[in-house]
Amino acid sequence: MYHKEKSIQIKSSASALYNNLSVLRIAPRCLTYFTVVHANVVNMVSASWDGLNYSHRQLQSKEGNVATSSSLIMQAAWCVLPSRDLLVLTSQKGIQMYESDGSIMVYWHALDTPETPTAQAVFARGIAAVREKYICVGTSTGSVLVFDVPAKGSNITLSEVLEEHKEPITDMASECSGSLECIADLVSADDSGLLCVWKSGEDFQLLNKIPGFDVSCSSVKLWKGTVAAGYGTGQIRLYEGVTGILYAEVNAHARWIYSLDIAPFTGLLLSAAEDSLVRVWHLSLTPETNSVEIEHMYNECVTDTQICGAKFCDGDGYAFAVTGYDLSEIIRYTQA
Amino acid sequence: MSSRTLPLLFINLGGEMLYILDQRLRAQNIPADKAKKADWLEEDRKRVMNDIITTMFNKKFLEELFKPQELYSKKALRTVFDRLAHASIMRLNQASMDKLYDLMTMAFKYQVLLCPRPKDILLVSFNHMDAIKDFVRDTPSILSQVDETYRQLIEIYTPLSAGEFQLIRQTLLIFFQDMHIRVSIFLKDKVQNSNGRFVLPTSGPVPCGTQIPGLIRMFSCTGEEVKRAQFRNGGNYTSALREGSFEMFGERVIKLGTNMYSVSRPVETHMSGTSKNSAQHTKVNTAPNPLAKEELNLLAKLMGGLEVQRPSNTDSGFRVNLFATDEEEEEALISRPEEFSYEVINIQATKDKQASAELQKIMGEFQEAGEPAPSSSSKGDDLLAMMDGL
Repeated sequence: MYHKEKSIQIKSSASALYNNLSVLRIAPRCLTYFTVVHANVVNMVSASWDGLNYSHRQLQSKEGNVATSSSLIMQAAWCVLPSRDLLVLTSQKGIQMYESDGSIMVYWHALDTPETPTAQAVFARGIAAVREKYICVGTSTGSVLVFDVPAKGSNITLSEVLEEHKEPITDMASECSGSLECIADLVSADDSGLLCVWKSGEDFQLLNKIPGFDVSCSSVKLWKGTVAAGYGTGQIRLYEGVTGILYAEVNAHARWIYSLDIAPFTGLLLSAAEDSLVRVWHLSLTPETNSVEIEHMYNECVTDTQICGAKFCDGDGYAFAVTGYDLSEIIRYTQA
Repeated sequence: MSSRTLPLLFINLGGEMLYILDQRLRAQNIPADKAKKADWLEEDRKRVMNDIITTMFNKKFLEELFKPQELYSKKALRTVFDRLAHASIMRLNQASMDKLYDLMTMAFKYQVLLCPRPKDILLVSFNHMDAIKDFVRDTPSILSQVDETYRQLIEIYTPLSAGEFQLIRQTLLIFFQDMHIRVSIFLKDKVQNSNGRFVLPTSGPVPCGTQIPGLIRMFSCTGEEVKRAQFRNGGNYTSALREGSFEMFGERVIKLGTNMYSVSRPVETHMSGTSKNSAQHTKVNTAPNPLAKEELNLLAKLMGGLEVQRPSNTDSGFRVNLFATDEEEEEALISRPEEFSYEVINIQATKDKQASAELQKIMGEFQEAGEPAPSSSSKGDDLLAMMDGL
């Protein structure tokens, strides 16, 4: 179904972090941006679609006035809003937001870090752009910070803090189908496997809590109201977001899942884990039975690699990209 | 990231170090015609192991180690192990120490990477602890220190969730990032490729709590299973083994962390053929480290627990060589590529001016730019006071 393309080299290797690949497609300029986190550095590559031009940039985690920091970055992801795209970095010290090409930092939010380290680690992790103007970021205390983002400029404000989770947030996702009919806008996941489903607004509203039975959920997506969740046990589960009804359970991987992605136009689902495997599935909604079916489509083994990031490069799922721990390249696959 | 990583890093690396030293001490040529001398060597081997283990499990040292804190820099950790390796009358040349450290780190990197579940890192740690306990089974005083450490490990780590263990594992993997030193014993056993990367099999038992991949179950809105499907998982997996014991005693089940060396399997490392990225990685560690004070505290506690050992005779009978011959050892030191130098901080645990000057210099290295001279900094005061008390 897919074949391997030429890899993109990156300046330093990928760290073993959940969802360690973010992709931004810029159609008007025939470019795709990729980011991969290495310890306290974010590697950004912009690749032209003709495969001829690559340009690299590295961003370091900053903290206010200090020029460089050894603060480790947990995640980097682009947030696509109607008016602008922002690159968000979450680290042990706080949250940084940059213009989409990484050129200017427009906002910095510091986390409360104690003077002496405590048993509980402090960091931010889990990034999602919601509806027209929100960027939501999770933290190690379980809080979800909701930032209000204006169409232009750096007047970003913290509008709300959602306190439902008690364990560190692992990942967050917003409804990616583009449909305005969906009630649920955001799903957040944590280390206990708890999933919270939200509706955005001036005040975010909690629609549902789906318990996790103490199995960590490391990656989550929301598509046409369906929550796709990947767990540390290697299982993928599909839930109806608002009601919490379980549609399907898949014994998908032999190790901890690190990344899920959905191609919104076709319903293709991508899963990747520490077991070296990337799998492609197909989700189909049957309106008659009001259920979602999942079908396995394809396997790709990235030999001797613990995969830490996997994303589709376009809305149809025609191509996808993969990163692995200790690998200094982004491996790409396109449909045969 | 995780503030609970350092004890596991230290104990596992220490365990690997003991396996290697034990193997090398046994392999040292024993003159066949001097039976008496052979006995002496056996006794000394045990003494060396006991001395190192006693230092490793020194109460004050462990107290410092178990405090929640960020991982040490590679430089500081290497220095801790340098001191530990010299906590007895055994002497190692620079090249042998470098090789020892390479082997220790690559072995533990392998164990962390191959752990089926993040929580299994604790079982790996118990494997090392079990072996250490066996090394000192004839010495009750050290045995009680080791038992105390077991209790601390159990108390701190058994309540942690899978997610917290994964964070510990991710922190360790960042520490080991870009290390691809080829280890002969790994290459021979086909667990490492010739490019230095470890083999990750897509076969064997799945971790505890995981099902063999292949089954898809679909449900109706009332919760009934309405459809099942199977898919080809692309591997050759078998059911999970039973879970290992997380108590002081018991079968650990996991083999990672057990002693893979024996007298007949010497180890060599190859320095060539690694990528430029390893040089890139050292850049990450040169940023000023605001937590350096904790590192210095640990070093001080470690030195405080040491008696300065002076070899009673000048012959090199107690020098341990990790290479097959002295010539090889010399050659290894000369030919070691620049990017692999560990930049060890040299500390002498002696009461003299040189020690204070050395420490002043170390504190100077840990200084953030623009701060006043070390003598007036409160950072170093308590450390100096500790040194004066030795």
